[in-house]
Amino acid sequence: MPSDYARTLPLGDASGRALVRLHLDPWLLLGLGAIVAFGLLVLYSASHRDLETLANQALRIGAAFAVMFVAAQLNPRIYLRWAPALYILGIVLLIAVLLFGTTVKGSQRWLDLPGLPSFQPSELMKLAVPLAIAWYFHARSLPPRIRHVLAALALCALPTALIVPQPDLGTGLMVAAGGVAVILMSGIRWRVVGALTSLVVLASPALWFVMTAYQKERVLTFLDPGRQPQDAGWNITQSKAAIGSGGFSGKDLFNGTQSQLDFLPESQTDFIIAVIGEELGLVGITLLLVLYLLVVARALLMATEARDTFGRLAAGGLTLVFFAYVFVNVGMVSGLLPVVGVPLPLVSYGGTSAVTLLLGFGIVMSIYGHATR
Amino acid sequence: MSRTFPGWHAAKGIFDRDRARQRAQLKDVDRERRDFASRTLVVFVVVAVICCVLTARMVWLTVFKHDEYRTISEDNRIQMFGVPPPRGRIYDRAGNVLADNVPVFSIFVIPELTDDVDATLSEIAALVELSDDEIEAFHTLASESFPHSPIRVKPQISPEERAVVEVNRHRLSGVLVQPDTVRHYPYGEVMAHAVGSVRRKTAEDIRRLDRRRYSRTQFVGKRGVEAFYEHSLHGEPGSRQVEVDAHGREQRELARNPPVPGRNLTLHLDASLQVAAAEALGERRGAVVAIDPRSGGILAMASVPSYDPNLFVTGMDPAVYNELANSPKKPLFNRATNGRYAPGSTFKPVVALAALAAGVTDWERTIVDSDGTYRLPNGSREYRDWTWTKDNGGGQGVIDLHRAIYRSSNIYFFELGNRLPVDVVPRFAEQFGYGHVSSIDVAGASPGLLPDSEWKTGARGEGWYPGDNLNLVVGQGDLLATPLQLATVVAIIANRGRVVRPRMLLDSDESLAEFEENEEQSAVTGPTPDDWRRMVAAMEAVVHRGNQGYLQNGTAWAYIGQDIAYRMAGKSGTAQVVGIAQGEEYNEEELDEYSRKHAWFTAFAPVDDPRIAVCVLVENGGSGSSVAGPVAREVIDHYVLPSLAAAPSRSTALASESGRALAAPPRPGD
Repeated sequence: MPSDYARTLPLGDASGRALVRLHLDPWLLLGLGAIVAFGLLVLYSASHRDLETLANQALRIGAAFAVMFVAAQLNPRIYLRWAPALYILGIVLLIAVLLFGTTVKGSQRWLDLPGLPSFQPSELMKLAVPLAIAWYFHARSLPPRIRHVLAALALCALPTALIVPQPDLGTGLMVAAGGVAVILMSGIRWRVVGALTSLVVLASPALWFVMTAYQKERVLTFLDPGRQPQDAGWNITQSKAAIGSGGFSGKDLFNGTQSQLDFLPESQTDFIIAVIGEELGLVGITLLLVLYLLVVARALLMATEARDTFGRLAAGGLTLVFFAYVFVNVGMVSGLLPVVGVPLPLVSYGGTSAVTLLLGFGIVMSIYGHATR
Repeated sequence: MSRTFPGWHAAKGIFDRDRARQRAQLKDVDRERRDFASRTLVVFVVVAVICCVLTARMVWLTVFKHDEYRTISEDNRIQMFGVPPPRGRIYDRAGNVLADNVPVFSIFVIPELTDDVDATLSEIAALVELSDDEIEAFHTLASESFPHSPIRVKPQISPEERAVVEVNRHRLSGVLVQPDTVRHYPYGEVMAHAVGSVRRKTAEDIRRLDRRRYSRTQFVGKRGVEAFYEHSLHGEPGSRQVEVDAHGREQRELARNPPVPGRNLTLHLDASLQVAAAEALGERRGAVVAIDPRSGGILAMASVPSYDPNLFVTGMDPAVYNELANSPKKPLFNRATNGRYAPGSTFKPVVALAALAAGVTDWERTIVDSDGTYRLPNGSREYRDWTWTKDNGGGQGVIDLHRAIYRSSNIYFFELGNRLPVDVVPRFAEQFGYGHVSSIDVAGASPGLLPDSEWKTGARGEGWYPGDNLNLVVGQGDLLATPLQLATVVAIIANRGRVVRPRMLLDSDESLAEFEENEEQSAVTGPTPDDWRRMVAAMEAVVHRGNQGYLQNGTAWAYIGQDIAYRMAGKSGTAQVVGIAQGEEYNEEELDEYSRKHAWFTAFAPVDDPRIAVCVLVENGGSGSSVAGPVAREVIDHYVLPSLAAAPSRSTALASESGRALAAPPRPGD
């Protein structure tokens, strides 16, 4: 199939075949490339046309793509074999973070190991959790039994419980989302989904007691943005003003007053979609959302082509983690969700999430590219 | 051992069953693939729906709430800044600048750019002198300004201070040295009381003043003309519509509405006359007010000692302020407008005119002063003439009204006082400005005090006694007036009854809201033209009647009348500060300085064409004629002589009447 498939691509025979031989999916690459290009353009504006910022980000995205290429070359069996080990390593590192982690900006997220660059183990868990749960279901019959679902939920809950108190609600949510996505795709019955959902909804007030003061503050601010105009509520008010004032077609690139005059906080990172809204308007935002939707659609389609249960669940789960980023970020900036620190995938300034997410897509490509009918 | 574990079999059974089913289903790969595909479709639909929800949210914000959010974002970036208007300048009648705006350098601090405002202020204080007042003023301004706007810390620094700050700029973040303007008074203390001064806007001013008009204003008029014409001098602030960033830093100007500069004022003041007046007073405490009787314009208004108003502009060292505020010489006190003193004998012409108008006396009636004392019928208290001493019981002899003025006879007026009905004098004196403020635009002028029976009932709870009339007619008792008021009185006499109201403002760019003349030309009612003519003649005799023997000379002739080149009319006065016991003699040497009598002299010239009316007060100076008289002469000389030089024929003719030889050695006249 890959050789036939290559002929359907808009790339010409030779290059298409080369990509397929490298286990890279041209459609997915195209979608990701479009998002990255769009993101760099907007970042250029958000950074007040700072070429250094742009070059930095391009370098990081390039590195993330390199990681993706490498990940795509590995046989999915390797991921299956190493999934539990990766998960256990991740848990150990998370515990280490809680014990000896470095505190940056009030959060203990980083681990400084001798001889290694400092890194966030929680980032690893965004991949390790979907892989581990896919591994868990791979060895069991589907649709899963309730107790397997509960076991999978436990696999998902343990790292989440270790990440949220760092505090890092955003990453915790993404890790949990990856696990829950895999469980949903495993074939669990819809009535079980309903039951679990209502359980979570009922239990959510209990969350209040484990949240830190600043997390509570964010929820309260979400419920009433006018509460603290100079703080978190200010961010949301300003981002809504940026998007709303942009209108249908925006104020044009580089001309957004909210973003160019610094009224919009975190305009290069978590709130960058407000820059898109202000300068490129509803048109720009919709275009980006469509690109995300196409990437998700393509990746889900690739998941259905996977060879085995692990492949299907891992690819599907990793794709949905990507979408969870989009949903939480856009929902937060537009005031639909409370403020949690989640970047807009491949657009926000920063390399960590880009590496994680593209590594995930590398695994998706590996699973798809190594599938044989 | 494991076999004893409860439930082991059950668990093993479940496990085995699972394995069996798993094995059975393992081969059903196609079904699993189909299941996953359909499930993926559902998931994708959910994803698509979420995307639609997000898009719908964006549509809501960008389309339906667009106007609201556009307003918020415009309000964010567009700020209105006030532009302070330049304060109007003040000129004297010859165009000399009395109050100016001069360019200087000042130290400013932008609070936002400092790490710690207080630490930065301490750093500045280590380089240049910074008073507590200046620090307080800074905090006052900072509290009502944006953290990004420069706030003045130290106005008007010297070139040396500027150099010190510039050298240390690298470690003073948020500190600027910028061009600035401050109010400057070129004449310094000479004009301080006449022109007044501005001070830096205080917290109290901020509460009191129109916030919009004064938002960027640095100085507020506090005294004198600066205070009275504050509204006009201030002008109207302009505005700038500016695009700012989130830190309030200005990006660019979008629109500008220039300020309307404050009005320039030209005053009646004559700077050279003012200087002459201050110099004539010299080291003595006192006041000189000179009025042009034709217009009421105040030509000079000096109060000595004075202060340097420039010190008040930018705030002064508290030690200097305390010295000024607590000095027994009261340099901050404007004696000319607020010093209230008994007018003494300068009141006699007014009383005489009141008596003539009331028909109580005429120019021909005479009395005899045999021993320099007067007693009310049936009264035991002895009222004395100013010539009375223990050894001299001679009196001044036969006195008519003319002589009563030029000899300043108390006895004549005591006798008049006994016959004048209650309240006739106060009702008449009111017309000259006694007891109320007749000036149009003199800030904070005192009304003095004109006692009458109604006042006495209210203030003392007792009726008007005949003795009160006797005190009143010689300008003593409860009667109080300011030098400005007495200058007005003598100007009205110079005008032969035409009333003028004293005023500072001569001219301005355009008519000012503060200046309300609403004055119909009025005249003092009662005296006939002949009364005025003869009163002026009597006052002329005060200065010019000489070489007739001591008791026949004008009281001031010996001191100012002998070598005068023009005709001057005047009246001296001496006001008691402490009461002298019955039978005791006033002895200047025995009294401490501040208990001695105040010396007055009021005069106008030239007699036939009065162009200047002057009132001189010398606090605790002693005799009016000998102490205040020469001051008045010097001031009038300064004003009148230059114009006489232009027309010499007339002046020499007028001067010839003045005596050349000195008669008996003069005694201090009243």
